[in-house]
Amino acid sequence: MSEVRVLVGTRKGAFVLTSDGKRDRWDVSGPHFAGWEIYHLKGSPVDPNRLYASQSTGWFGQLMQRSNDGGKTWGPVGNRFAYDGVPGTHQWYDGTPHPWEFKRVWHLEPSLSDADTVYAGVEDAALFRSTDAGQTWQELSGLRGHGSGPHWQPGAGGMCLHTILLDPSNASRIFIAISAAGAFRSNDAGATWQPINRGLRSQQIPDPNAEVGHCVHRIAMHRSRPSVLFMQKHWDVMRSDNGGDSWQEVSGDLPSDFGFVIDVHAHEPETIYVVPIKSDSEHFPPEGKLRVYRSRTGGNEWEPLTKGLPQSDCYVNVLRDAMAVDSLDQCGVYFGTTGGQVYASANAGDSWAPIVRDLPAVLSVEVQTLQ
Amino acid sequence: MIRVELPAHLRILAHIAGEVQLAAEGKATQRSVLDALEARYPMLRGTLRDHVTQQRRPFVRFFACAEDLSHESPDAPLPEAVASGAEPLLIVGAIAGG
Repeated sequence: MSEVRVLVGTRKGAFVLTSDGKRDRWDVSGPHFAGWEIYHLKGSPVDPNRLYASQSTGWFGQLMQRSNDGGKTWGPVGNRFAYDGVPGTHQWYDGTPHPWEFKRVWHLEPSLSDADTVYAGVEDAALFRSTDAGQTWQELSGLRGHGSGPHWQPGAGGMCLHTILLDPSNASRIFIAISAAGAFRSNDAGATWQPINRGLRSQQIPDPNAEVGHCVHRIAMHRSRPSVLFMQKHWDVMRSDNGGDSWQEVSGDLPSDFGFVIDVHAHEPETIYVVPIKSDSEHFPPEGKLRVYRSRTGGNEWEPLTKGLPQSDCYVNVLRDAMAVDSLDQCGVYFGTTGGQVYASANAGDSWAPIVRDLPAVLSVEVQTLQ
Repeated sequence: MIRVELPAHLRILAHIAGEVQLAAEGKATQRSVLDALEARYPMLRGTLRDHVTQQRRPFVRFFACAEDLSHESPDAPLPEAVASGAEPLLIVGAIAGG
């Protein structure tokens, strides 16, 4: 019998939600690390019981945790994230140079082939890798050093590297995204990098078509077609059919093309999901209606998915790492809100129900499909 | 022995119940006490002072004998009452927010 494990990071701890393949009854475990911000936790695709978690507070900084038993027990691992060489400067909000300073780990991406290898995207933006199950971390400094680093600026949430995509068909190819620098690709396992932002247009920056400076919120891919990328940018939903060499807008008829999350159906590479949000300052769903939008055509044509979701007086946000899908035959879709709800759909978004309603603000949602 | 009291979050992290008692190498200073603390509890590295710069985290404060020692040099001698174990060194997470 299949089982689904949902890993939820919140402002005040981590929660592990489990169900059988029917996905109608859930057990809730947690809070783990009560009182700490858990920006992200994620399991290894090689060993699903190997989980990594990013734990932090403003008081005591960054900790890293590892579980070898699917989240039942945890132990601290290495938390030293030292930039390679002289860190240098990036741009501050006012355009002045500002020294690179490590603040926290936003996103963890376990290797597709080795349970002891895991990548970490951090603020101030950089990519780190551990090959010893999180005990030590080394920066892949070719990213910051490729030339445009001094021109990167923080987004409202900080200058974070929040997305890491590993190409299942090519172990040397990695995609990452940074707010507010843009998307980058490495074809040599992280040694060298190039910006991949052609086609992005951001009216808020001096040169709307600049090589870097775009506030990319999230990128997603389907593992069967790793050269097709979908992006939720600050404004605009975009797609690329050539591994990021160029992008075109597919916002189509969305009620707002601002948002944070974007994800792809587990079995239909052209079925994608977003949650439109109002911006720049409101950051809640248009009209107070929490709607997931699904496109079955890879963008441009969207349908609202509302069954089971609040359709009045709803003013939560859905943050960039807070949507995921399972890989059961009928694809499950999950997302968490800043109001502490985690919603699940066991039928690809046709209907929804809350797994839990009253967690702390949800920062991240990941799903493991266990056989 | 030098006595150290840690904030609750860090006691949980390091599985410490109550006070810690440490024998610091040489002169008792903030640095020697933190070195001894981190040597015994490696999971505390980076939580009280930055891994790279070794500077105290901004919201971590050091108190002893009713005095705020947070801005003392890390190499300044701690009060004799702390060095002798008569008084604990209090490591406190600053109260912030409203």
